[in-house]
Amino acid sequence: MTQPKPNPGVASGDRTGRFVIQPNRHLTPLSPHMGIWRWHVTMAASILFRATLIAGTVGLVFVVAWLGALAFGPETYETALALAGSPLGLFVGFGLTVVLFSFILNGARHTINDTGNGLTIKSATALSNIAVWAPVPLAILFWVVLFAAGRVSL
Amino acid sequence: MVQLSLPRGSKPTKGKVHKAPAGAKNVKTYKVYRYDPEVDADPRWDVYEVSSDDHGPMLLDALIHIKNTIDPTLSFRRSCREGICGSCSMNIDGRNALACTKGWDECASHNITISPLPHQPVVKDLVTDLSLFYAQYDSIQPYLQSDEPDPEKERLQTPAEREKLDGLYECILCACCSTSCPSYWWNQEEYLGPAALLQSYRWIADSRDDATQKRLDDLEDPFKLYRCHTIMNCAQVCPKGLNPAKAIAETKKLMVAPGRKKQAA
Repeated sequence: MTQPKPNPGVASGDRTGRFVIQPNRHLTPLSPHMGIWRWHVTMAASILFRATLIAGTVGLVFVVAWLGALAFGPETYETALALAGSPLGLFVGFGLTVVLFSFILNGARHTINDTGNGLTIKSATALSNIAVWAPVPLAILFWVVLFAAGRVSL
Repeated sequence: MVQLSLPRGSKPTKGKVHKAPAGAKNVKTYKVYRYDPEVDADPRWDVYEVSSDDHGPMLLDALIHIKNTIDPTLSFRRSCREGICGSCSMNIDGRNALACTKGWDECASHNITISPLPHQPVVKDLVTDLSLFYAQYDSIQPYLQSDEPDPEKERLQTPAEREKLDGLYECILCACCSTSCPSYWWNQEEYLGPAALLQSYRWIADSRDDATQKRLDDLEDPFKLYRCHTIMNCAQVCPKGLNPAKAIAETKKLMVAPGRKKQAA
């Protein structure tokens, strides 16, 4: 199988030659896409998963900082714990828990899809709804349990 | 490459408003994408107010009515008017569909936006350049490849083998699915897109075809197949009710099936 041969077009980045200078001396326009599309939850879940991966990467920086504080000794670790226990630290912690649950649920969705299941419109919509809406309540539940168990306090 | 907004020169501006005659009833407003490379520097949105009493039940009827009675310069593709040729695919009310099988009363609002298939080069008005789409279809070699000598009559299949082609062979190549896929929007020069991959699986699943491993080898590439992230827009917009995402998932499963090994080029 051969891919369509590159045919240098006029538009930068276009290798197919479909974007050319028109009789009006302007480049062939690109038709509207994101601006006109009526979203469905399956599309939202997919894009949210991308955002989750970016947010999770930011979260990794906090994990590395926490490990670094541990390596620097008890005093630094105490300071890091105090920061994590501050209202701002708890807010960031809650956000990262949402990200974690989103990552787990979207990962599960993709695993199910990779087995060839959950790919009817109905089941894909149901799985996507879970992946989009469940992370926040799950994170709230997680933190309620943490507070109730006395592991975290304000 | 991800491109969330339209580049300069592609953003439609405000266009003309064609008002309905006084006293017209059941008026719907059609906001239609217009671009004429002979005249216009930029695309524009023209607005047509049309009484639904003056034309048939489908969006294509409304477009033909606009062309015949209001604005003969409006361009769009159409042929069979019964969902078989796939010519009149376009974006209607935010989703790709065939204008000939989509009723104007199916649209939630009285203001209906009609634009060309998304993220494609515009030839004129609602007509896009689908040459890449057809080249991608051609690239999957959409024909039977058998090692068996030609039979005297036909190549036989059991009913079960034939059943595997249901939901695959019905594709009319309207491009609704491929041009609905954000992954295809961003990577259409590398990713084959839902329609070509559905057709690829149509031949992979065919018991009479002996080129299965070669077909899979050809798809073994980071982009051609694996840019599908099960966004599912393809299945939601297919006017024939097909499910390219499922066909792609089945192809991915065959890629990692026990005993499969990529053959040397």
